[in-house]
Amino acid sequence: MYVIVVGGGKVGLNLARELIRNQQEVTLVEQDRRAYLRIEQELEHAVQYGDGTELWVLERAGIQRADLVVAVTGDDEDNILICQVAKEKYLCERIIARCNNPRNLQHFKLLGIQPAVSATDLILNLIEHEVPGHGLVHLLDLPDEKLEIIEVEVIEGAPAAGRRVADIELPDGSLIISVLPRGKAGFVPKPDTIIAPGDEVLVVLDPGLEPYIMAQFSPNGRPD
Amino acid sequence: MMVLVVGAGRVGSAVAKSSLAAGHTVSVLDEDPLSHERLDAGQPTSWEDAGGRFTVGTAIEIDALLAAGVEEADIFIAATRGDNTNILVAQVAQKRFGVPRVIVRVLDPARSDWYAEQGLHTICAVKLGVAMFEQAVLEAATTEV
Repeated sequence: MYVIVVGGGKVGLNLARELIRNQQEVTLVEQDRRAYLRIEQELEHAVQYGDGTELWVLERAGIQRADLVVAVTGDDEDNILICQVAKEKYLCERIIARCNNPRNLQHFKLLGIQPAVSATDLILNLIEHEVPGHGLVHLLDLPDEKLEIIEVEVIEGAPAAGRRVADIELPDGSLIISVLPRGKAGFVPKPDTIIAPGDEVLVVLDPGLEPYIMAQFSPNGRPD
Repeated sequence: MMVLVVGAGRVGSAVAKSSLAAGHTVSVLDEDPLSHERLDAGQPTSWEDAGGRFTVGTAIEIDALLAAGVEEADIFIAATRGDNTNILVAQVAQKRFGVPRVIVRVLDPARSDWYAEQGLHTICAVKLGVAMFEQAVLEAATTEV
């Protein structure tokens, strides 16, 4: 696989290193002269100097034969442009963009730049996962398949607390796929499994059903 | 016509002033509050007294575009110093807000040409400048000294 990585910061350099270690062919593009010279000591011919948003720089890096273009500069507008020309001008099949400011994710979506990876969002999701009492965590979003998997904590006094799985009034298009009792191993429930307060449950659902599901697992229909 | 100019540099401020003089409603968005001085320079009254609008904000922030009136804009001019910012914000104006006329300043001739092929109205000062220089060189070479 031939991969072009644009942006030789911490993300780009480590990515290039790992890909090379995994026997992939890589060209890293870095526009800062000093950073380029430093990286060149290590990566030698696998790094090129130039502004990766200039078409001739991408062409010199061999974008016409790239299997994957990864844009991980510190500027979202640059990452968007690199991926847009990679996809639409050079017909590169796979792109991955870094989104520095989560508020810019909407621009990536608008222009069809997917997947866009936001470290801030990833860490926020992890914090939600770690902070107790923060009712709902999105574990997986599959927008194309129109499916989500969420993790919900069962709060004392909620409609579902103390009931059998079969009796919990979940909307069509949702299903409890796992129960994670506090401090014990998770398991796939049977219809007569009792859901206890303090348990966490994994639910697969159609997007948009979260409020109905929260209504079953929280006393007031909301997290906390 | 309501003209929204993003970027009050040399190009943006000049186009904003002439659009206002031509009788259009003009709103200017720039992240630097001091860029306002360019709109006042050489004018008998201040930009606001002359009827212009000025908003401080970053071009690619939706809230800033909304505050500057992107939803009412008939003509959108992307004239910041960053080619990629202009190209992005122009597509946001076109595709998200449906602004009917979008004009983009792009300094790099290659990017300007390709995005023009994709349907953006780009203006490339470098290309125009190069053509004028070439013409001037040609004329100088054929003129007896």
